Formats: sequence, structure tokens, C-alpha cells
Amino acid sequence: MDDKTLLEIKNLKKYFPVKGVKGPGVQAVENVSFSIKKGETLGLVGESGCGKTTLGRTILRLYEPTSGEIIYDGKTIYSGGVNMPLLDKQGKQVLDKDGSPIMREGKKIAVDMMPYRRKMQIIFQDPSASLDPRMTVGEIIGEAIDIHKLASDKKEREEMIKSLLSRVGLNTEHANRFPHEFSGGQQQRVGIARALAVKPEFIVCDEPISALDVSIQSQIVNMLEDMQNDLGLTYLFIAHDLSVVRHISSRIGVMYLGSLVELGESYELNKHPMHPYTKTLLSAVPVPDPEISHSRQRIVLQGDIPSPMNPPKGCRFHTRCPYAKPECAESVPEFKEYDKGHWAACHLLG
Amino acid sequence: MDNKKEGKLLEVKDLKVSFFTPAGEVKAVGGISYDLNYGEVMGIVGESGSGKSVEAYSIMGLLQSPGKVIGGSITFEGEDVLAKSKEEMTDFRGKKVSMIFQNPMTCLNPVYTVGNQLVEALRAHNKDISVSDAKKRAMEMLELVGINNVEKRMKQYPHEFSGGMRQRVMIAMGLICHPQLLIADEPTTALDVTIQAQILELMKELQKKTHMGIIFITHNLGVVAEICDKVSVMYAGKIVEQGKVNDIFYSPSHPYTNGLLRSMPRVDAEEYERLIPIDGTPVDMLNPPEGCPFAPRCEHCMQICLRKMPPYFELGDGHRSACWLLAKQKSESKEAESNG
Repeated sequence: MDDKTLLEIKNLKKYFPVKGVKGPGVQAVENVSFSIKKGETLGLVGESGCGKTTLGRTILRLYEPTSGEIIYDGKTIYSGGVNMPLLDKQGKQVLDKDGSPIMREGKKIAVDMMPYRRKMQIIFQDPSASLDPRMTVGEIIGEAIDIHKLASDKKEREEMIKSLLSRVGLNTEHANRFPHEFSGGQQQRVGIARALAVKPEFIVCDEPISALDVSIQSQIVNMLEDMQNDLGLTYLFIAHDLSVVRHISSRIGVMYLGSLVELGESYELNKHPMHPYTKTLLSAVPVPDPEISHSRQRIVLQGDIPSPMNPPKGCRFHTRCPYAKPECAESVPEFKEYDKGHWAACHLLG
Repeated sequence: MDNKKEGKLLEVKDLKVSFFTPAGEVKAVGGISYDLNYGEVMGIVGESGSGKSVEAYSIMGLLQSPGKVIGGSITFEGEDVLAKSKEEMTDFRGKKVSMIFQNPMTCLNPVYTVGNQLVEALRAHNKDISVSDAKKRAMEMLELVGINNVEKRMKQYPHEFSGGMRQRVMIAMGLICHPQLLIADEPTTALDVTIQAQILELMKELQKKTHMGIIFITHNLGVVAEICDKVSVMYAGKIVEQGKVNDIFYSPSHPYTNGLLRSMPRVDAEEYERLIPIDGTPVDMLNPPEGCPFAPRCEHCMQICLRKMPPYFELGDGHRSACWLLAKQKSESKEAESNG
């Protein structure tokens, strides 16, 4: 891990137990590993129910992970169920008879998130549902400032709220209004101002534009890009719309049924997708150009996404994969780097 | 069906729909006109609140109070739809025109089996058909929309179907009486892209088989490019531009259409380009601006735009656009002609 990496997750899992059902329950996130560099945008795409939102929330520990590691800025903020080499008193690895290190389950680490809440923020999908209807916009933004004691006096607090509002393209008088007095796009701007209020370094953007009108979406996308340039923010951008994700992200991760199936540079992934699921997803996105959309070949997947309560054995995609081989149903493909910075998990590539 | 009819199927002329709310009159649809031929697919594109669904509801006679058609005419196969009695409308809906909705879960009855609902839809219009014949037809329909295991599926309830499957059931129900016109109100918006692709393929295939007309309401220009023959672009209750799909995508003449096309990131773009958004916010329909509704957000806005609603300027081959810029261009080209 170099010092440019801001966030790293290793084998992160999140299961939701289901009452009255034996087994692990809903396996929403299964063994996901990636890292995000400072100042970069990592896009996460996938269909609904693939676990991308759960992953975003688990990284922020809004959901407590089932197991795995989360390392933020060099510090482990969560570690659980991870095997570590056993060390003796001198800090040396203890070896067994064959000379390989003995592994033990490491100590569970779960740090207090309060100081990290200032650094890691989230923008939600539905702005009207994520703003308290009984608080004014000023109170909503001010609450974050109060909790983290960022303003020394009342006047500074007011100034901060005003500058945040103008930062997101709202008028300073809007501070006294309630969320219902705003349009969807403006509400999302309030949501962004609230996230910015604590001067974060890392923001999880959880489908920030999919609830907005087409003509407003690009306004918000441009604003997120400007903020990143000005404030040096790092984003995890979650969306189901591949064209938006590709536009805003430097790298893209594709998720299917809880697992990361492919990860690569945004343009590389679009030009040379490796995983059959990425190929399908790309071919399914409608292009606003009649000639292209009539002429191109489309891979239409059969069937629906299986239930994460009872995911298929082996490669989770094999039940819908047009190229599936017998071994796909038996073993889980390894997530490997096939090209520089281009990772995928598929037996066909092996 | 072999009897492929030609000519006009539906003609909407200067349709006006208003909602009389306590806060005042909302002119949801402010005088729109278009026509649709047999076997043609027309897309209606617009943002939320642009009146695209309201317009469709008025064709179906499903407008609910306080909404009211206050002017214009709707002619379907030569018959005046607005003059029909309640009983005639009941017969008309489902048999001649049917509609599929955005959210199939809320449109299917959760306490009846899917088979039951399909049979009911058919028997409502064909009183003579026996239950067993109706069941047979329902099963054929389910097979047609790509549902396997129909015997078992007929006995299942809507919650046992996935989102994409429910939408297939909705389509089967819509088409069971062989309507001439299908109104699809954002049928793929609630679905994932891979499922959306399935449904679009299905609709294209069924349209070819049955030669029905389709009005496809959506806000997704990509979907329009894929399935439609012609397009009407709506903004604030008015059609601002309409024409053949190629005209709209390759030579858009209204600044709103242009803006929509430019503001979308494209999955096939070669390199990074900053998006060009449409500034401002959608119109407040309670207090629409005088003149052209798009004027406050338009980068080419002129004095006249703020005062007067522009008329349609014909651009040939059914392509027309309501924008004063075209008047300016016309007069400029005339001047150039007379000078040259």
C-alpha cells in the first residue's frame, strides 16, 4: 500500500441474517477488495440488488461489516474474521513443522468512527427522503458543523453555511427555507452542501443523480467534478447508469450479485471489457443515436438476477452467462489482474 | 395479424388539459397536436411534469378530477374519443387502446392470480368466450411475451414474479384483446438496463407481429432512438419539437432538444468531454412564464421569446419546431436571397 492510497478494502463481506432461515442469510457483499487513490473517482456499477449501495454503506460502517478489512489513510478502521500470521514475542512469525507460517484469526478491530465521520461523507440517492422535513436548510447544514464543533462562534457558523450554499449554487437566503420548498435538483444540492459542511476528504456518492430530471443531472455531475478539482475530494461513485459512471470515474468496478466481477480504467473497461457480464451491461445501455442503436449487436441476457439469499455455486454469473462452461458452476473464479490495472474474475479468461 | 391497415390511426388536435387545484389552474397540457399512423411507434419525450403522462391518460379517458380536458379533439379510427359515453369508453379501453404503466407491481392486483387477471381482461371484452378458451388464450399470451412454464405461472400471484416478469405480464394483459394502439408509459424506467433491453426487444418483436401503433412515453432518449419511428419532445405541456427520429437526433432545431442531447454522457464517447447542462430549473406549472416556456433557461433567448409563444415552423417531412430562432433564420435567409 503506497501513500497515495486513501482507502483500501480487503475481502469485505456483509451478510444480513434473515429470521427463520438457516444459513448466512442475504449475502449482499461477498469478498470485495479494491483500493481508491487520493483524488480519484472510483465508479461502481451493477443492477439493483447487486450490493453496490450496501458496499458503500459498509465502507462507511453505516452497516457493520460481517468480515474483512477497511483501511482508511493507512489506519485500519475495521478488521474482523481475518487470518493473520501468528507472531512470537520478538514479533517473528511462528512456523509449523513444514515451515509455513501458522495462521490465526486476528483480533477484531472496530475503531470509533466519530473522527472518521468528518473525513468520510455520503450523498444519498433520494434527496427528499434524506433531508429532515422539519428542519430548515440552514439547520440541516449547521447540524453537521455543530456536531464536529467546526465553528468557534455563531457568526462563523452563519458564514460557513452561507459559503456552502453558494458553493453548491443556491442563494444564501435559502438557508431559512424548508426542504419541501425546493425542486429535486435543489434538494440534492442541499444534500451535497451537508456532506461538504465537515470538509471531508472522501465522499460516497450513492446514486446522487438517478432521482433527478435529465436536464438537471448534468448540472449536478458538473458540480461534483468542480468540487473534486477545487477541494481535492475522492469519490466512490455508485450508480446503475453506465454512461454517467464512465463519464465521471477514472476507474470502474462492476458488481454482480455481491461480488466484484471486473475492475479497470474507465475507458479501457469500456473498450475492452473482459467479463461477459460487463459486455452485456455495455451492450444493454441504450445509445441516443438511432443509427448506432439499430446497427449494433446486443447481448440480451436470459432470465433474472438470482436471489442473494441463495446465490449460485461457483461463478455467481454462470446461470445467466451465455459462455458458461461446466467448471463455472463448480469453482469461484479468482479475481486476477489480467492486464495492467485491469482485473476480472472469470474462468474463461484463465 | 395480416390485415395491415394504412393511414391515420390516431389524431390529436390542439388538446388542452388543465388541473383545477386550490392553488390555481395548472395547464398540464397546453394545446398539443400530433397524429399516429397504423403500425407506427411514436416517442413522447419530456421531463417529469411536462405533461406527457397526462396527455396519455386523456386518450384513455382515465383523467381523474381535478384534471379536465378543456379543449381540442382526439380522433381514433375516425371516431371522436372525447364524445364517447362512459359505457363506450369501457369498451374502447383495453379492446382498441390499452396501456402499460411504469410500475407493474402497483398495476397488478396482488390478491388475484396472474391467470385470473388475464382471463378477466379478456372476458370483459369478449362476453361470449368460455373460461377454458380464455385460459388457453391467456396462456398463449404469456408464452408470446416470453414467460416459461405457463401452466404454473398462471396460478401464481404477482409477488411471485420479478420486476421484468411483471412487466411482461402487464404487456400480455395489454395485448390480450389485440388493441390497435398501445400506450406505454415509461414501461422500462423502473427496470434494470439488462431487463430493459429484454423488454425493448420484446416490444419491438410484438409490434412487428401485430402491426399495432405504440405511443412510447419516456424521458430516456436512448430508448427513443432504439424503438421509435418518430418523436415529440414535450416541455411544460407543449410539444416544442416533433419529427422523424433521425431528424430529431441528427438535426435538432429546438434549443431544448439540442440541450437534452448535449447534456447526456454517452457510453460510446471516445474521450472525456465536459457535459453541457441546461441551466436553471424546470418550469413551475402554477406560474408558467409568458411566451415560450423554455425561454428562461434558453441560451438563445430573445426579447420576443419572453412575450409570445412561438408558432410551429415547418422544416419539411413532418419535422416542426416551435422556436423564434427559426423565424429569425428564415428572415435572414430571405434577406440574403433578396440581397444576393
